[in-house]
Amino acid sequence: MKIRTIGRHAKESWKSIFRNGWMTFASISSVTVTLLMVGVFYVILMNLNQAAKSIEEDVKIKVLIDSAADKAMQEQLEAKIKSIPEVDTVTFSSKDHELQQLIKSFGEDGKIFQLYEQENPLYDAFIVTTKVPEDTIKVAEQIEKMDNVYRVNYGKGNVEKLFKIINISRSVGLVLILGLLFTAVFLISNTIKITIVSRRREIEIMRLVGATNGFIRWPFFLEGLWLGMMGAILPIALIITVYKYAYDFLEPKLRGHFIQILDFHPFAYQVGGLLLFLGCLIGIWGSMMSVRKFLNI
Amino acid sequence: MIIMKNVYKKYPNGVVAVNGIDVTISQGEFVYVVGASGAGKSTFIKLMYREEKPTKGTIIVNGLDITKMRSSKIPLLRRNIGVVFQDFKLLPKLTVYENIAFALEVIEESPRVIRKKVLEVLDLVNLKHKARMFPTELSGGEQQRVSIARSIVNSPSVVIADEPTGNLDPETSWGIMQIFEEINTRGTTVIMATHNKEIVNTIKHRVIEIDGGMIVRDEQRGGYNNEN
Repeated sequence: MKIRTIGRHAKESWKSIFRNGWMTFASISSVTVTLLMVGVFYVILMNLNQAAKSIEEDVKIKVLIDSAADKAMQEQLEAKIKSIPEVDTVTFSSKDHELQQLIKSFGEDGKIFQLYEQENPLYDAFIVTTKVPEDTIKVAEQIEKMDNVYRVNYGKGNVEKLFKIINISRSVGLVLILGLLFTAVFLISNTIKITIVSRRREIEIMRLVGATNGFIRWPFFLEGLWLGMMGAILPIALIITVYKYAYDFLEPKLRGHFIQILDFHPFAYQVGGLLLFLGCLIGIWGSMMSVRKFLNI
Repeated sequence: MIIMKNVYKKYPNGVVAVNGIDVTISQGEFVYVVGASGAGKSTFIKLMYREEKPTKGTIIVNGLDITKMRSSKIPLLRRNIGVVFQDFKLLPKLTVYENIAFALEVIEESPRVIRKKVLEVLDLVNLKHKARMFPTELSGGEQQRVSIARSIVNSPSVVIADEPTGNLDPETSWGIMQIFEEINTRGTTVIMATHNKEIVNTIKHRVIEIDGGMIVRDEQRGGYNNEN
């Protein structure tokens, strides 16, 4: 295509944007509202994902070893656990170590447990982690059946619930985002359809005098692109600003906890880029959907 | 040259608009297409520039079988066929000059060529002095002259006109006919569907009469009705 022609298409697309003032406003607004919602959902979803990941990584299986088991039996058990393909690491933790941990976890109040240092009622344990967090339950059940195992602790019930909640929220978020995107495409395609109806005669004449479909499509393609881009400006600015404030507020409070908010840089800019891309995509998609109907020969 | 062989056109609603037409129109001919409203004239004409696709049969325009033509090639066919309508089909927001230039812009001609060609055809239709006016500021006859200028600006080998004088008074119609005659004498094929008895009977050319989607009369230098 000649540069002059590209210039013409760009000019035509801007002319149409100004000529159809209210329709332009409606299209941009629908993109803005959708992208704002998509953006908010995305930010929440990604942070939830991050939190879920840290929780998942924290899930460990504690295998309490039967007090009757001697050293050889313990080693045998360790080897058996290690032979499970899903297992990642197996660490031994003596009952004294376990008690120290317990005392430490209760802080000041933990001192009352020091009485047990004389006669430790706890068990020696193996701390088992799996390669994939979802395998925790399966592995725990396998270990439970082994000899010399007193009990297996992995937060039975809670872990299942946690994984379920994480998976549901991921799916719901994804479905919501996709639903919103489709709505925006239909809204923008309808709005552009109205602007096309007003230019029906122009398209008809263009076809009569031998303009190619590509040539006719270009100004609408660009119009969709501009509408999508303009619709993305406000959501990008809002989300970056609000995330900046939220990050500055929450980050110091969460420091040291295992749940972390995603870093402002680069996450906020990634969201901005994503929204701009989505804006352009729904703008172009919407306009192409509506122009196609008028080009059927 | 346009050749139609055994052409049928049945619309999705069941109406058979063209019912087995065989015809040959040579390069440089002037042909009137006559017949009552609903006889199938418009469909017959639309088939020539692939606005309609035949249900059956072959249509060859300038050596190309347009019934087998891929959609992407249709614009190229249309660049070689000028079309004029009863309702002019001008863009109201463009000036006379811009309306004509539009036909060359969309096929990506250079501004120099566009200017030269537009001024040439404006001269031919005698509207150079109104180049900057908008269609709404012109009379019906003048608007039709702009429409004709647009149809020939790309120097097509065929000009097809669907009742070009249908909306015009008799005097203006004669002026329009003069332009078509001029175009025809330059070697362009002119195919004109018309209801204008006086014109057909006065400026004698080949007459194709269509009735019920079939050619019922094809006469060199014929009249509007059989008896003329």
